[in-house]
Amino acid sequence: MKDLVHITKRPERSALSSLGLIAAALGLAIVAGGVFIALMRQNPLEVYAAIIKGAFVGSKRDPFSAIKSTVILFVPLLIVSLGLSLAFKMRFWNIGGEGQMMFGAIFATFFALNYSHLPHIVLVLLMFAASVVGGGLWGLIPALFRVKWSVNETLFTLMMNYVALYTIEFLQAGPWKRTPGFASIGSFDANVQLAKVGGVHVGWILALVLVVIVTVYMSRAKQGYEIAVVGESKATAHYAGMNVKKIVLRTMFISGAICGIAGMVQIAGSDNTLSTGLTGNAGFSGITVAWLAQLNPFAVAVISALFSILEKGSKTIPVDVMSKEAANVLQGILLFFFLGAEFFRRYSIKINLPQKQVRHIQKEEEHADG
Amino acid sequence: MDNAINFINAALFAGTPLLFGTLGELISEKAGCLNLGVEGMMWVGAFAGFFAALQTGSAMLSLLAAFGAAALCAAVYAFLTVTLRANQNVTGLTLTTFGVGLSLVLGSAMCQANGGAPNLPGSFRDKIAAFKIPIPGSGDDVVKLAVYPLTIFAIVLCISAAVFYKKTRHGLSVRASGENPAAADAAGVNVSAMKYASIILGGGICGIGGAFMSLVTANGAWMPAGIVNGFGWIAVALVIFVRWKPMLAILGAFVFGAFQSMRYYIPDSVISIPNAFYQMLPFVLTLIVLIVTSMRKSVHAGEPAAIGVNYYREER
Repeated sequence: MKDLVHITKRPERSALSSLGLIAAALGLAIVAGGVFIALMRQNPLEVYAAIIKGAFVGSKRDPFSAIKSTVILFVPLLIVSLGLSLAFKMRFWNIGGEGQMMFGAIFATFFALNYSHLPHIVLVLLMFAASVVGGGLWGLIPALFRVKWSVNETLFTLMMNYVALYTIEFLQAGPWKRTPGFASIGSFDANVQLAKVGGVHVGWILALVLVVIVTVYMSRAKQGYEIAVVGESKATAHYAGMNVKKIVLRTMFISGAICGIAGMVQIAGSDNTLSTGLTGNAGFSGITVAWLAQLNPFAVAVISALFSILEKGSKTIPVDVMSKEAANVLQGILLFFFLGAEFFRRYSIKINLPQKQVRHIQKEEEHADG
Repeated sequence: MDNAINFINAALFAGTPLLFGTLGELISEKAGCLNLGVEGMMWVGAFAGFFAALQTGSAMLSLLAAFGAAALCAAVYAFLTVTLRANQNVTGLTLTTFGVGLSLVLGSAMCQANGGAPNLPGSFRDKIAAFKIPIPGSGDDVVKLAVYPLTIFAIVLCISAAVFYKKTRHGLSVRASGENPAAADAAGVNVSAMKYASIILGGGICGIGGAFMSLVTANGAWMPAGIVNGFGWIAVALVIFVRWKPMLAILGAFVFGAFQSMRYYIPDSVISIPNAFYQMLPFVLTLIVLIVTSMRKSVHAGEPAAIGVNYYREER
C-alpha cells in the first residue's frame, strides 16, 4: 500500500515560480504578524505604517536622521551576513559570528587605544588589518579542531561567542578600564572615528564593496568554486585533488575575518568604544539573513536592509502601543514562514487518496459477480 | 561551615533552572534534534508561568502554563524541522529570537495594563518556597539547607529520563532515531513520532526552567532584564558537558550553578581572578570537554551521531 502523503524532490522551480513562493510566504507572514498585532489589541495597519515611517521619516530638524540610524544598523548586519555566507556555502555551520565580530573589535581596539596619535588614515588601516586578523583567528580555531579531530563546529563556534563576550568584560573591568568607578573603556580618541560620507560613517561604502567582492569571489574565483565543491561533497573535492583541510581552514579564516571587519566598523564608526553590546545581535541575525538569502550576496543586502528597517522602525513605536521587541516577534514570524516555504521550493507533495483503491476493489467485485 | 551551606544553597538555586533547560535540550538532542531555541523557550515559559501565577494564584496552573507555552513553541520547531525539513540551526535560532521577543512584548503589555511591574503575592511565593532543612552542627539555626520543590522535581525528571533511555523499548527507539534514523526506520520505529515527542516534551521542560527564574529567582517581581538572560545558552553548553547523560546532568547543572555564585564565596586572598573569568569558565570547560571527547573518538562519547541532521526517508 502506498503512503497517504508522498513527498518527492521536485525539479528546480522557475524564477517566476520561486518569486511567487517568496511573495506567498511574505504575504502570509504579514497577515500572521497582523494577527499578532491585533491580538495585542492594536491596529495592524497603523503599527506597520508606524514601523515604515519610523525607519525612514526623520525629525523636522534632521529629515534624514531615521534613515541614517537604519543604515547604521544595516552596515554591520550586512557585513557579518556576507562573512557567514562563505562558511555556510561550505556547509560549515559557523554560529560564531558574534564572537568573531567581537574579536575583530578587540584587536582593533588595541590600536585605537595605543596608537591614536598616528595619522587618521594609517590608524584606520591598522585597525582594519587588526580586525581581519582578530576575527580570522577566532574563526580559524574551530576550523582547526574540525579538520584535526572533527569537533562539531556548530557547538564549538557557539561556545566561542561567550568566551569572546567575557573577554570584553574582562578588558572593560581590568586592563583597558579608563573610567574610574565604572567598568568601561570610555570613548575613543576623536582621531579613531571613521569619516562620514553622506551623513553615515564610511562603513556603508565598505559594506557595499564587500557585496561585490564576495559575489566575485564566490562565483568567479577558483577558491570560491572550491568552497562550493567542498560544500556539496567532501569526497568529491578530495577525489578532484583538492586539499579539503586547507580549503576549510582558509575559508573559515576569511569568514571570521569579514565578521571581524563588521566589529571594527561598528566600534569605530558608530559606538566609539568597545562594549559587550557592540554586536547588537548581528552575529546571530546574520545566520538567518544568510540562510534566507540562500547565500546570494545581493539578496543578503536586501534582507539585511529589511531586517534593519524592521528593527529601527519598531524602536519608534510608543511603548504604550507595543514595546520595541515586537521587531523580534515579527522577524521570527517572517522567518518561520520562509523556513516553511523552503520546503515547497524543494519538494512536491502527492496525496494518494484512498478512493482509487476503493474503486479498484469495487471493479474486482463486479468481475467476481459477473 | 555556614558559608559552605550558603554556597551549596546558591548552587542549587542557580542550578535548578539550568537543570530544567539542560534536561529539556538533552531530550530533544537524544532524538537527533539540536534545538538552539532553548533560550527562547525558557523566556516564553518565564512569561507564561508568571502571567498564569498572577491570574490564577495556582502553582500547578502556573507550571502547566509554562510547560504548555514552551511546548507549543517547540511544536513549531518540530513541524518546521521534522515535517518540513527546515534547517535545525536556523529554525532554533529563529525560535530564540521569536521567544525572547514575544515574552518581552507580552511582559511590557502586562506592565502597561497593570500600571507598573506586577508582583506576585506572598501567598503564591509560599507555595513554591524552599524546604528549609536545619543542618546539625552549623553555628546557629539561621543557616539551613534550602531545597526547592522544583529542584527535587527536576532531579526526579532526570532520573526518570535515565531509566527511560536505558531500560525501556521506547527509550531505545528514541536513541536509535538520534543515532541512525535510517536503521531505526527500517526496524519499524516511527522516527518522526519519536522526534516530535522528544522536541515537544523537551521544550516544555525548558519552559518550566524559565518559570523557575521568573517565579523564584526574580523573587516574584517581573524583571525582564534579569531573568533568563543567557541561561538557555549555558544549558546548551551543559548538554555537551554532561555528554548527553541525564544523571550527569544533575551534577553538571549544580556545578555550573556553583560557577554562577562562586565569585561571592571565594575570598580574593585565596584565588584572585577577575569576575569575567568565572563567567567564562562554563563555556571554556564545555569547549575542553567537546575537544577531549572528539579526540578520543570514544563510542561512548554520548553525542547522538545524527545530531543536527534531518532525516529524509527517500534519501536513505
